[in-house]
Amino acid sequence: MKYPTGTLVRNTTAARINHWITGGCFVLLMLSGLSMFHPLLFFLSGLFGGGQWARAAHPWIGCLLLVSYAGLIVQFWRDNMWSRDDIAWMGAIRQVLANEEEGVPEVARFNAGQKFVFWSMALLVPVLFVTGIVIWESYFSTYTSIEQQRVAVLIHSLSAIAAIIVWITHVYAAIWVRGAVRAMTRGYVTPSWAWRHHRKWLRSLAATHSVGPRPRG
Amino acid sequence: MADLQSQDYIRRSASTLTPPSIRDHEQEVAKLIDVSRCIGCKACQAACMEWNNLRQEVGYFEGTYDNPLDLSPSVWTLMRFTEWEDEKGNLEWLIRKDGCMHCEDPGCLKACPAPGAIVQYANGIVDFISENCIGCGYCVKGCPFNIPRISPVDHKSSKCTLCSDRVGVGLEPACAKACPTGAIMFGSKTDMTNWAGERIVDLKSRGFENAGLYDPPGVSGTHVMYVLHHADKPSIYAGLPDQPRISPFVEVWKGLLKPVALAGIALTVLAGFFHWVTAGPNEVQPEDDAEARHLLHPKDGPP
Repeated sequence: MKYPTGTLVRNTTAARINHWITGGCFVLLMLSGLSMFHPLLFFLSGLFGGGQWARAAHPWIGCLLLVSYAGLIVQFWRDNMWSRDDIAWMGAIRQVLANEEEGVPEVARFNAGQKFVFWSMALLVPVLFVTGIVIWESYFSTYTSIEQQRVAVLIHSLSAIAAIIVWITHVYAAIWVRGAVRAMTRGYVTPSWAWRHHRKWLRSLAATHSVGPRPRG
Repeated sequence: MADLQSQDYIRRSASTLTPPSIRDHEQEVAKLIDVSRCIGCKACQAACMEWNNLRQEVGYFEGTYDNPLDLSPSVWTLMRFTEWEDEKGNLEWLIRKDGCMHCEDPGCLKACPAPGAIVQYANGIVDFISENCIGCGYCVKGCPFNIPRISPVDHKSSKCTLCSDRVGVGLEPACAKACPTGAIMFGSKTDMTNWAGERIVDLKSRGFENAGLYDPPGVSGTHVMYVLHHADKPSIYAGLPDQPRISPFVEVWKGLLKPVALAGIALTVLAGFFHWVTAGPNEVQPEDDAEARHLLHPKDGPP
């Protein structure tokens, strides 16, 4: 993969492919899941060829997402470890939201908001998977009691709503912070972008003469 | 399973609009199963199979009179046999015809996500409209009586229709027609309740002091009712729920959560939109350019 001269690699090709498989699965799961959640959204099942197809496809897409998200965890967990700086950054969230990033604690590869998205999904995806297995009627309905399935379907719905809200935040942040979408589609960012949003990351790359996404050594 | 004209609907699954209810004045029907008069002959099971044209695969003898062992997509009614000893040590053979209770407040219908897959007619019958069923199994979770069964072949949910196709043209359900002892009666809910009252008086006079009618208020009453000689403990009749009601988990999932979830999603989107309108995009500024260049190429001098 060739990146334009002078840019920094924000996400490797493997990470980007992995991310978009996950994202695609998430959107499909959201559409088919919401169609079975609220009568007003049942029409979304038409996108899958009708209610029976939406019901049948949903769990398989979920399995793919679990595997895919596991890949993202492997690739991103190190840079998502929580640190003291994240608390300071959260303290300055008002300035961040107002696009006044001067004076906000410097951010390494990911800021506290990105880490929040990462870890919420790392929690919600397995919860959705396990509760989803319990309510996967055609294969697993005989392994649990109906009461357990009632609890599972409620937890599944609550977790799905939480995940959708986290996802909306994630998508909006990518639109809001200019250059972030390209970082995940084409994979690169400019040094000025890195200076503005991830100064600590830029410094670590500069100090080790690395073009990213991680410092050398 | 006869999809009677949609004007008959007073409830329709996964529908936010008011059903027509034009025939809501219709008399509500009820099937009364007098457990004390049942001899366990299974004529009702045979009649159900015949009228609805159902053939359960022949199974194996499992040491019980229950045959087949459980309800299934092709077993809509089933005699369940229980040997029960009363306080005095007398053996009683309790035989209960199990099947859909046709709740006035149907949990299956409330849980169903497919518009029009479960309907309730003005006469009170709760019916599954197979062509709309998506096979998700939510009705199973909604039902307080463990009745619906999903077919692994066509992924449709099935249960007793109370012979809605027969009742719709003025006939009684096949099981009531076939019962040789009059243990299954069919008529208006009022008549059946009155008739049950007479039966209960008779049973009490014969020493069954706890005889009573099973028409559980937890589901706003049912359109299939039992006369039980021990109405104080329904669960001795092969696990008939003592106080059936739609599970609180289902109530939250299908009640509060739906609007709250949509509001939560909408508010998050709106918050994003108005952030964009007020704060706008976060763009790289010229000074960021200069600072970054200085960091990466310090020899070029200060920015």
